Amino acid sequence: MAWTKQILRINLSNATVQVEPLNMEWARDYLGQRGLATRYFVEEVDPRVDALGPDNKLIMTTGPLTGTMASTGGRYSVITKSPLTGAIACSNSGGFIGAEMKNAGWDMIIFEGKAPSPVYLYVENDQVEILPADDLWGKSVWETDELIHQKHQDPQIRISCVGRSAEAGCLYSAIVNDLHRAAGRSGVGTVMASKNLKAVAIRGTKGVGNIKDPIRFMQQVAAQKKVLADNAVTGAGLPKYGTQVLMNVINEMGALPTRNMREVQFEGAHSVSGEAMHEPRKSDGKPNLTRNAGCFGCTIACGRISTIDQGHFSIKEKPEYWGNSGGLEYEAAWALGPDTGVDDLNALTYVNFLCNEDGMDPISFGATVAAAMELYEMGVITPEYTGGIELKFGSAEALVAVTELTARGEGFGKILGLGSKRMCELYGHPELSMTVKGQEFPAYDPRGIQGMGLTYATSNRGACHLRSYTVASEVLGIPIKTDPLATDGKPELVIAFQDATAAVDSSGLCLFTTFAWSLENIAPQIDAACEGDWSVEKCAEVGARIWNLERDFNMRAGLTGADDTLPKRLLKDAANVGPAKGLVAGLDVMLPKYYELRGWTADGQLTDATRQRYGLPG
Amino acid sequence: MNHVIIGTGPAGVVAAETLRKRSPDADITLIGGEAERPYSRMAIPYHLIGKVDEGGTHLRTAPDHFDALRIELLQQRVDSIDADGKALALDNGSRLGFDKLLLATGSRPTRPPIPGMDLPGVVNCWTLADTRQIIAGANVGDEVVLMGAGFIGCIILEALALRGVKLTVVEMENRMVPRMMDEKSGGLLKRWCENKGVRVLTSTRVNGVSSDAGKLTVELEGQEPLKVSLVICATGVKANTDLASGVLEINHGILVNERLQTSHPDIYAAGDVAEGKDFSTGGYSVQAIQPTAVEHCALAAINMAGGKDALHRGSINMNVLDTMGLISASFGLWQGVDGGGAATLDAADRYRYINLQFAEDVLVGANTLGMTQHIGVLRGLIQSRTRLGRWKHKLMADPTRVMEAYLAQHIP
Amino acid sequence: MLKSLYINPDKCTGCLQCEMACSYENEGIFNPSRSRIKVFTFHDAGRFVPYTCTQCDDAWCMKACPVEAIVFNAATGSKDVLNDRCVGCKVCTIACPFGTVNYNSASGKVIKCDLCGGNPQCAQACPTGAITYIDADATGLERMRAWADKINTQHAAA
Repeated sequence: MAWTKQILRINLSNATVQVEPLNMEWARDYLGQRGLATRYFVEEVDPRVDALGPDNKLIMTTGPLTGTMASTGGRYSVITKSPLTGAIACSNSGGFIGAEMKNAGWDMIIFEGKAPSPVYLYVENDQVEILPADDLWGKSVWETDELIHQKHQDPQIRISCVGRSAEAGCLYSAIVNDLHRAAGRSGVGTVMASKNLKAVAIRGTKGVGNIKDPIRFMQQVAAQKKVLADNAVTGAGLPKYGTQVLMNVINEMGALPTRNMREVQFEGAHSVSGEAMHEPRKSDGKPNLTRNAGCFGCTIACGRISTIDQGHFSIKEKPEYWGNSGGLEYEAAWALGPDTGVDDLNALTYVNFLCNEDGMDPISFGATVAAAMELYEMGVITPEYTGGIELKFGSAEALVAVTELTARGEGFGKILGLGSKRMCELYGHPELSMTVKGQEFPAYDPRGIQGMGLTYATSNRGACHLRSYTVASEVLGIPIKTDPLATDGKPELVIAFQDATAAVDSSGLCLFTTFAWSLENIAPQIDAACEGDWSVEKCAEVGARIWNLERDFNMRAGLTGADDTLPKRLLKDAANVGPAKGLVAGLDVMLPKYYELRGWTADGQLTDATRQRYGLPG
Repeated sequence: MNHVIIGTGPAGVVAAETLRKRSPDADITLIGGEAERPYSRMAIPYHLIGKVDEGGTHLRTAPDHFDALRIELLQQRVDSIDADGKALALDNGSRLGFDKLLLATGSRPTRPPIPGMDLPGVVNCWTLADTRQIIAGANVGDEVVLMGAGFIGCIILEALALRGVKLTVVEMENRMVPRMMDEKSGGLLKRWCENKGVRVLTSTRVNGVSSDAGKLTVELEGQEPLKVSLVICATGVKANTDLASGVLEINHGILVNERLQTSHPDIYAAGDVAEGKDFSTGGYSVQAIQPTAVEHCALAAINMAGGKDALHRGSINMNVLDTMGLISASFGLWQGVDGGGAATLDAADRYRYINLQFAEDVLVGANTLGMTQHIGVLRGLIQSRTRLGRWKHKLMADPTRVMEAYLAQHIP
Repeated sequence: MLKSLYINPDKCTGCLQCEMACSYENEGIFNPSRSRIKVFTFHDAGRFVPYTCTQCDDAWCMKACPVEAIVFNAATGSKDVLNDRCVGCKVCTIACPFGTVNYNSASGKVIKCDLCGGNPQCAQACPTGAITYIDADATGLERMRAWADKINTQHAAA
């Protein structure tokens, strides 16, 4: 079991709250969280819906292991249609609110419609209220969090909310929970704000039970925790350096996209790396990193808790930023650093704070700034547009200035809030947008890590590393080492990763466990907790089913195989330095094979046979 | 050495046990007037609702507990104290000598000076015998008046409501538990009870009770009289100082010093009967609460046994109360101090309330309503006189974070 | 040799494995709100502080209990709540100056740490060694006693 088997349906237009039993037939086919919520979404939402219209829905969902003692079992996901990509959005977050939702007795909350004026949802176990949020509108995530805690007089309440960027329509706004964890990608926060839903505040004291075989489950939990502890990545590298362990590694292999992906290595990589975060500052002798932190139930604890140098120009006059908060993780550090050419660790930490404070996806934001910097250096964007900001590559001052504007939806920040694709189109240079399906790339250059090219091109939510993280295999040799520069075998690799990832994302566990765990470690935990048979094979099949269901939704939403591509820069311009020198992304070789292995047509459409094989809804 | 203790409540029992620990060879006699084994009054409300049987109220349940400790239990009333002769006159005519005497005679309920308080059907809720009478007379559908919404009134309120009686509470003051909670929280408690179907009349005086054909009529000032079958009087308690009268110095209770010694050097007093030192004010007062009684009697016993450095630095007045499921607590100087500051959170719609009172950056008192987790730390902060520094400002913004405030100052 | 819980906040990552282990052991369910150990977060300072009963010698809770429902466990040194005697009066919850005895409205009784009878599950579950169960004469207990002393100095030396 492990599911609470209850879901909440909140109609914001009519201010109604409905309790429904979880569809257990679907749970058997889709497990939970990403898969199960997608099944609900596909059933209920027209794929061609306006993502920011009242007919789009937004689902917050947990997995069956969320709130249990399984290591990292604290994840939740947000499923909706993305305003950035027009495809399905599914953003996963850690922190504590997922477990709190589960503790309150809910597997899932489905939001429908649009509130006539700003509201927030307050859930205390069975007590569910839609409350006015007029006083919260216009406030940052951090202010909102504080105000709701004060209002309900309970420090234990967990809160997910949107910041001012979402209110202003920034298309890559995140839903931030627990101050600095986020359902970050694809503009899920923008959808939430479009519904006049400012926040979801949850207090759950019921606990999570319903474990099928408690003794076996606790044995599995203990055994698998040990696997994480004994692994070099999850037991040592991630706790010490966080995901930032990768900055120097990826730079050295010539796969660190630099200055809007014009280059593949960044001369300032070290100064914004995980190692640099440990080095004492000259000014106060403290390192950037205060300590590592875990999300709910996580025994890895890759999270970074950092401070900014109080003398740094960005916060000298702002004591409210002198304390600790969520520090840089690799993707954010890359987008805000190497991709914009900025090597100032304090500036990056501050900008990262702002992304959390006002709910922006730092990957999309940083990549959009990078594209704007290229346009600025080309003279297409002028100081006239930017309000006098000299938006040059490498300028920490410019980065800080445009971040403040975008976070609040002011001035040139409104343009940056469109995302790189729309902005580059606006200025007549769509080729400078480093996006797939409208979503910005993360921190791995597909010329140096070929599998990631196919990953980005075929990702159901637009360019994303978290749909099939072949870096694990191509760079770290997990589970087997493959040649990052080769295209051979990559379609198979990508498919295996995509399916396994979809299963992990549906369980309540964190994807980062897969540096040490495979489905061989994960399936037994699910099987001990959940009714039914959850073998490795079943989990992989569920993953494949989810992948195809997402794809099917996207095709019905109007996307085609032509959208499974990469920017010209990566397909035509070879890497100029490093191990990948002379290489372009070999997508043309990999994609047809991928379609074939997926059982899709040559132009990337699902076949009836594939639909039937996975029992997808007609 | 011959130690005699009068009173078999928790104070008397703990004192006897502490004496035995300190004086292995002394004679120890524990005298009680009620025809019961030593029991705890605090448990009576729970006996009323059937959560525990009578045995569950008893102190020291092992049958040979007192024998094993060589503590002689004497069920007898004491008529008088001969302080100079160092002996007690017992109501069976015998005399009992002592070297050191401890008065732990507790307190007793008072009844207001109005007509009819001696009628059958007007009862206190104080002794096990009272409890038996209430259990017999307060059953489903019975009309019952509870006079007094103080601590004891409130604590038995739930017991009465659970017994299914039709209950009216009459309180003279303008709110419930006026000596424990401030106006806002006392008012909230009233609303809570009313929402649970209990009629609560505050600022209402009972003029008298009369009897007519087995029914009692309760006359109220400015209100229609009430016809009921049972009147429970919980209007207050008074220290049981009768024995000390004319023998020892008495104010509201028997006056004691920091060694719990009375005006006679061989006679000590502890618990509800003693007017002991108050931690918060430095003055002396009758607190009549369980934790204070236990502190008193342990220290009194140590001093009786010749202990040197056992000085009572004062007890914190504090209370916790469960009124039909709404939990309230008070600590120290919750009324505040001159020139001090206050942090308040008031969520009346959720029945949550916090009032923190500071002197400079030190917590000196608190009221809480609807808070059950970590509330003891309020005592810890008051008693350790923790300087809160910048955490005072954080508490001003959010008084719920008292535990964090404590940890921030005490965990290295 | 008595053992005691030694808590080192510097090692805590705030993952709450301890709270789940505790609630599972004592309540049969994963429920941090029913845990006897609680991790407090100091966001500004970047600190997590696990906190539970130190089984202090003074045993304020035990002394304040009017019905002897809290008893000394000679095998572990812990002060244990006897559920069948506890009447739920909550006096111990205000008496404990460390705030580590809590009322559980679901059961109508109080709950506090009892060291799981000598095998504390929080320490078993802790992935970083922030919570350990070690010999009571090691420095850990002295340090915990030192915190307790800060409270006790204001009170009579018995």
